[in-house]
Amino acid sequence: MINLVPRKEIPLRLTLMTTGIAVALTLVAGAGIFAILGYDPLAALYQFFIAPVSRGYQIADLFVKACPLIIIASGLVFSYRANVWNIGAEGQMIFGALFSGYVALYWGGMPAPLLLPVMILAGMLGGLVWAMIPAILKTRFNTNEILVSLMLTYVAALFIDWTVRGPWRDPMSFGFPLTPMYPDAGLISKVDLPGVGRLAQLHWGVVGALLLAVVAWFVLRHTMVGFQVKVMGDAPRAGRFAGFRPALVTILVLSISGGAAGLAGMVEVSANIGQLQPNISFGYGFTAIIVAFLARLNPMAVIIAGLVVALAEMGGDAAQIAMGIPKVVTGVFKGILLFMLLAGETFNRYHVEFRLPGAAARAAAKEGSGA
Amino acid sequence: MKKMIKMMALSVAALGMSVGAAVADPLKVGFLYLTTPGDHGWTYAHELARQEVQAHFGDKVETTFVENVPEGPDAERVVRELARQGNQVIFGTSFGYMDPMLKVSKEFPDVKFEHITGYKRSGNMATGNIRFYEGRYVQGIVAGMMTKSNKIGYIAPFPIPEAYQGLNAFAIGMREANPDAEIMVIWANTWADPVKEADAAKVLVAQGADVMAQHTDTPAMLQTAEKAGIHGFGQASDMKEFAPNAQLFSSVNNWAPYYIQKIEQVLDGSWSTGDGPDHWGGNTWKGMADNYLELTAFENMPDDVKAAAEAAAAKVKGGHNIFTGPIKDNKGNVVIKAGDALDDGRLWSDVFFYAEGIQGEMPG
Repeated sequence: MINLVPRKEIPLRLTLMTTGIAVALTLVAGAGIFAILGYDPLAALYQFFIAPVSRGYQIADLFVKACPLIIIASGLVFSYRANVWNIGAEGQMIFGALFSGYVALYWGGMPAPLLLPVMILAGMLGGLVWAMIPAILKTRFNTNEILVSLMLTYVAALFIDWTVRGPWRDPMSFGFPLTPMYPDAGLISKVDLPGVGRLAQLHWGVVGALLLAVVAWFVLRHTMVGFQVKVMGDAPRAGRFAGFRPALVTILVLSISGGAAGLAGMVEVSANIGQLQPNISFGYGFTAIIVAFLARLNPMAVIIAGLVVALAEMGGDAAQIAMGIPKVVTGVFKGILLFMLLAGETFNRYHVEFRLPGAAARAAAKEGSGA
Repeated sequence: MKKMIKMMALSVAALGMSVGAAVADPLKVGFLYLTTPGDHGWTYAHELARQEVQAHFGDKVETTFVENVPEGPDAERVVRELARQGNQVIFGTSFGYMDPMLKVSKEFPDVKFEHITGYKRSGNMATGNIRFYEGRYVQGIVAGMMTKSNKIGYIAPFPIPEAYQGLNAFAIGMREANPDAEIMVIWANTWADPVKEADAAKVLVAQGADVMAQHTDTPAMLQTAEKAGIHGFGQASDMKEFAPNAQLFSSVNNWAPYYIQKIEQVLDGSWSTGDGPDHWGGNTWKGMADNYLELTAFENMPDDVKAAAEAAAAKVKGGHNIFTGPIKDNKGNVVIKAGDALDDGRLWSDVFFYAEGIQGEMPG
């Protein structure tokens, strides 16, 4: 018999250990796959994990790639902690891009220092509005937020597709589905420190993302709002006895996660693309779900998890460029990594007991004689 | 954190130096692919050409490709990475790489950027394209002669100039061969989606089409035609295997001569981007005459149709401008006057009409 017994407390040492073992096992399994496919396993692992960060500019690239993941996952943490399953961050991100894009394209004439702040607010509002649909449907009609938020992602994707092909299309684009470029005041600039200069592609959105994760951690850990979210997730009955209102918490966490996703959409377009196009996200909203869980729903750990997932993605490109390893192998490799990490999480949460039939009685007897 | 910033700054500086000291032996050439090459269609045609480049130049050239690169910030990062790893020529084989490549081209003035099918260029970014519409003119003639129902189905991708060039060239050819035939267009709003393409094809068959053409990428339409016992044309690569009884012929994109020519120019120092950003002067837009676009064997058609197709292909190779007036739109307005003909610039700006024989209204 194998029994999984929940642990009362999870020591930090154990978390670090299982994570380390999970990564080590991934490397072994990955090396095996590369060897079977006929690639030098050590060289392949080097391309996946070391090459993408072996130069300074690549570290900047890594942060840029992780930026939307960190922003979205910081918000999703609230939702998942409260047992509200917002799966539609992708769509909320698109709406954030749309709202902020409207501001950039049609209100671009406002005083330059105001434009970015207004775009940021518009982006958060866009994500929030899109997340309010599942929130209201859930609190009023008890619909399932997983389905509603997921389905709305496809609606959002089609909506942005329509806007850039139709009403917002750049008349100078020969009919190609692109809006005009944002005005310069609406673009997030690259980090340019006095005395240090530009740090490759690092932009201020990344700095914002890191700050946001810290703020999210603080709110979740040290404020009444965070406490309510956690109580409603862990012990909703206790929460109700304490006078917390479940509907309000649902609306709150969907606002936070939707707003964060919308912000990510605004940042991604304004810092990296500079105009709206049919695709602005490439699955960040879904990948961020993985990031949130990898981080064990801790916003501080979201930073690390976001970087790890971004690294695997960039490693896939590096392995292709250097060794011609097909991109699908990247997917397999990422899958193994996540599987190992989540399996490790099981051993974190549960204590494993092996017992032969009758062993329980013997163990009890032994304990008795020892006492 | 401070230390890391310093390290990053240092290595960025070091990088600047290493780019300056790059050695040119062998010439490294990078390719960006939108999808996995697979065994048919757009990216496959590029991959065949890359293999031909490698075979042609041997160890004088080292090619690398990156597949599944989305058209956005990832493309910018991958292009930059290819440039940093010493690739001196970079071919971006999808329209959406245009702006990312343009951005990176300014950071690497010594690297040559070759963008496929776009319209923006810079001092070190050139455009390459194929006159796909020439093949569609021949398709139109064959379709016009083959149809018995006088209804021809056409699956179009997105309402952009290339699609209008193709659709109108097809209609012009069709009406030359058969003044009663009509084209039913479905805009699939995709370049490659077997499900959408098959659905569109089924609708066209249900509405009575007995010949179908496509500007999308998968063999789904031809497979539908094969099942329905009607005919169609393949796209980008030979699709005979998918529909041995249905395929009349495929228009095959042959990028190899373009790649080889441009790489040779880089090797001998004569590479250039032409005269300006707004027209084709100096950039490469070639078609059937130069074997950039090739038609596979004419099959599954009677001899008289085959002869007409061969004659039309010869006419195009001989330099015939398909967009020579008078050409009317489907409401009877003259859009290209008698004695007028579209030049390369106007093929991009003046093709937004439905030529005679195309049913319905233009999208948005």
